[in-house]
Amino acid sequence: MTKKGTETLVGLFVLLGLAGLVFLSLKAANLASFGNRDTYAVSARFDNIGGLKARSPVRSAGVTVGRVTSIGLDQKTYQGLVTMEIEKGVQFPRDSSAKILTSGLLGDQYIGIEPGAEEKNLAAGEMIKQTQSAVVLENLIGQFLFNKAAEGSNTPAPAPAGGAKK
Amino acid sequence: MSVVDTVGARTLDVLRSFGHAASFFADLVKAIPASLRRFNLVVTQIHAIGNLSLLIILASGMAVGFVLALQMYYALVTYGATESLGLIVNLSLVRELGPVVAALLYAGRAGTSLTAEIGLMKAGEQIAAMEMMAIDTKSRVLAPRFIGGLVSMPLLAILFSTVGILGAYVVAVLLLGVDEGNFWSIMQSRVDVWRDVGNGIVKSFVFGIICTAVALYQGYETEATPEGVAYATTRTVVISSLSVLGMDFVLTALMFSTG
Repeated sequence: MTKKGTETLVGLFVLLGLAGLVFLSLKAANLASFGNRDTYAVSARFDNIGGLKARSPVRSAGVTVGRVTSIGLDQKTYQGLVTMEIEKGVQFPRDSSAKILTSGLLGDQYIGIEPGAEEKNLAAGEMIKQTQSAVVLENLIGQFLFNKAAEGSNTPAPAPAGGAKK
Repeated sequence: MSVVDTVGARTLDVLRSFGHAASFFADLVKAIPASLRRFNLVVTQIHAIGNLSLLIILASGMAVGFVLALQMYYALVTYGATESLGLIVNLSLVRELGPVVAALLYAGRAGTSLTAEIGLMKAGEQIAAMEMMAIDTKSRVLAPRFIGGLVSMPLLAILFSTVGILGAYVVAVLLLGVDEGNFWSIMQSRVDVWRDVGNGIVKSFVFGIICTAVALYQGYETEATPEGVAYATTRTVVISSLSVLGMDFVLTALMFSTG
């Protein structure tokens, strides 16, 4: 084969490989969805963050508007300190509240932001004051069992089984 | 004392071969800058190693994508979770199967031909002749092939994953009727460019180094007989495949262990 032909073929091979890389990054991964858009940071304290992770979505009315950037423990209050970045174009009032919610019954956890009514908006670096923790299934079940048990002791116990009367 | 003698001799043998391979590898890396100056040699090798491996890589990637999609569909349809099919296929291809299977195919297709080529050059005393003419065989013969392998392997692994995902798309969306929007959007929301795609490329680069270096070493150190070349070719496949599988486990543990 001529030298020129080989060079053309190698060029095609490399370009094909790079096209594959672009496909993997843009179509099959998340580079396009949250790449270089400008964001601002907001934080919030939660009593219990449940299964929230870094890079979990931040949603408002179901629309993804940001991502969780880091999670740590506040050593003074012993609450989970969650930092998130929200797209620059999306502004929330200062008295907005943040909840940790679950998508579907067993799905991933995310932060839902409910807008408040104040005129001033949250600025970069500010903290969302009103928060609601994640629902911990074990606590719910424990509470349910406890209530059942309490109900059972209030109502008169059913007559003991027949054996004693004989 | 014959048992002690044997153990001692074997241990020294193993250590000596390790040292030999390590110094060979160091020479190979040192010869890279010199051979980059004669870039047309490198281009010829990328053609021989990369372009000619393209067909088997694309065909295998497509087949793996088809089969993964089909089997995952049967498992997921029970739970009504067929939309996650794209995600599963994507992650398994990009993180594991793409780099590993492409490297195994590469060792079989390109590694063997490198070993046989250099082994026969040695058997035909071409390498000795070049050295007589004071030509540095490492930078003239070995390093261009090494660079060719380093460039080709990641590209081949990327193409393997790409074609696999497209194959899964054909089976899942076009044949089995999985929703197209969910197929892509769940994939996009859960696959991370740096963590998943990037680490897969790092893996394939490491595998490229391993497979190419093993093939060149086996060819260069072969016994200069027909049996010797045959034996060296076999060892290329065995050693590269086992090293790739072992190294994959180590890399996966390092890359994906946290969270």
